[in-house]
Amino acid sequence: MVSKDDKANWSPPKPHLEVGSAPEGVNAKRVQGRRLTGPQQGFGQLWQKTYKVAISQKTPEQVIATWKAEYGRFWPSHSKFYAPVTGIQPGEVGLIKSTSGPVPLSTGVLVLYSDDVSFCYMTPEGHPFAGFITFSSHVEDPVGTMAQVQLLIRANDPAYEAGMMLFGSKAEDRMWEHTLRSLADYLGSSSPVDTKVVRVDQKRIWKNFNNLKYNGALPWARRSKGPATPPR
Amino acid sequence: MPESKIAMTVREPKGDVRIIDIAGELTSFSEPVLAEAYEDADRPGVKTVLLNFSDLDYMNSGGIGLLVTTLIRAQRKSQALGAFGLTDHYRQIFELTRLDEAIGIYDDEQSALKGS
Repeated sequence: MVSKDDKANWSPPKPHLEVGSAPEGVNAKRVQGRRLTGPQQGFGQLWQKTYKVAISQKTPEQVIATWKAEYGRFWPSHSKFYAPVTGIQPGEVGLIKSTSGPVPLSTGVLVLYSDDVSFCYMTPEGHPFAGFITFSSHVEDPVGTMAQVQLLIRANDPAYEAGMMLFGSKAEDRMWEHTLRSLADYLGSSSPVDTKVVRVDQKRIWKNFNNLKYNGALPWARRSKGPATPPR
Repeated sequence: MPESKIAMTVREPKGDVRIIDIAGELTSFSEPVLAEAYEDADRPGVKTVLLNFSDLDYMNSGGIGLLVTTLIRAQRKSQALGAFGLTDHYRQIFELTRLDEAIGIYDDEQSALKGS
């Protein structure tokens, strides 16, 4: 087998996220200086959600090139993604502003990995989820090229876990189904979006209960200038 | 699904330890191969499963996701999951993704066995 040099595909080490200039109306404080959170740094149950759609007219490379170049275009109107100035490149930070939930949300993601047929985001402290969001394209027989979003996520704290159970999970499904539908429309496919949801781990990680202190949707955290301590 | 370019074999260096030797490319398409290897390694009395990355050619973010689900599988069985043979680059990826906080990382097989 041939060894691939994939160093350029991965983000360099990021002990803390650094945000350059933030667009007007986006609260970069919710991202600046925050640590990344993988699934094991979150609180809630672990879910693997896979959404995919056939875009048989294009190659996987064409799908991903378009997705990266026009990423924000495919999002629903209640959420806005501010892509890094240099585009979706490993190590760059994208900012997010969303009004889909009961409280407006400002957060962001790190571009953890990127190659010709995939890219992956990792979430920071204070994001509703801890984990990875992977966008990819591949060929499946007999359908042809597929575009896929796969989330491997836990709610980051107990408040977000409650929100996920009440409405967040369905809202998440709707958001990614919308995104794939828009991408497919843009690339000339009318195929339906297929959704598969698997609960990978039903246990919650109680030692991460205190992630609440980063939750910008909670009043005590919103008032503070930096990471705050929740009431005891 | 694209064909997975990976091979895995299971060894028994100690009664309660199994090693999965990984050779090739670890991506999300490796899931059935890793699941089968883990099933093979998961025998009664096994307390630790070690992943040997010495012959890993390449790993993408899908491969990292696969390691997370393998970790959950191990935790469900009350087994420890460890890794050795990682290059500096992939060791850095484990640190970046904070997988190193849940999966024990060792320099080589000897130290992995000593630590397990």
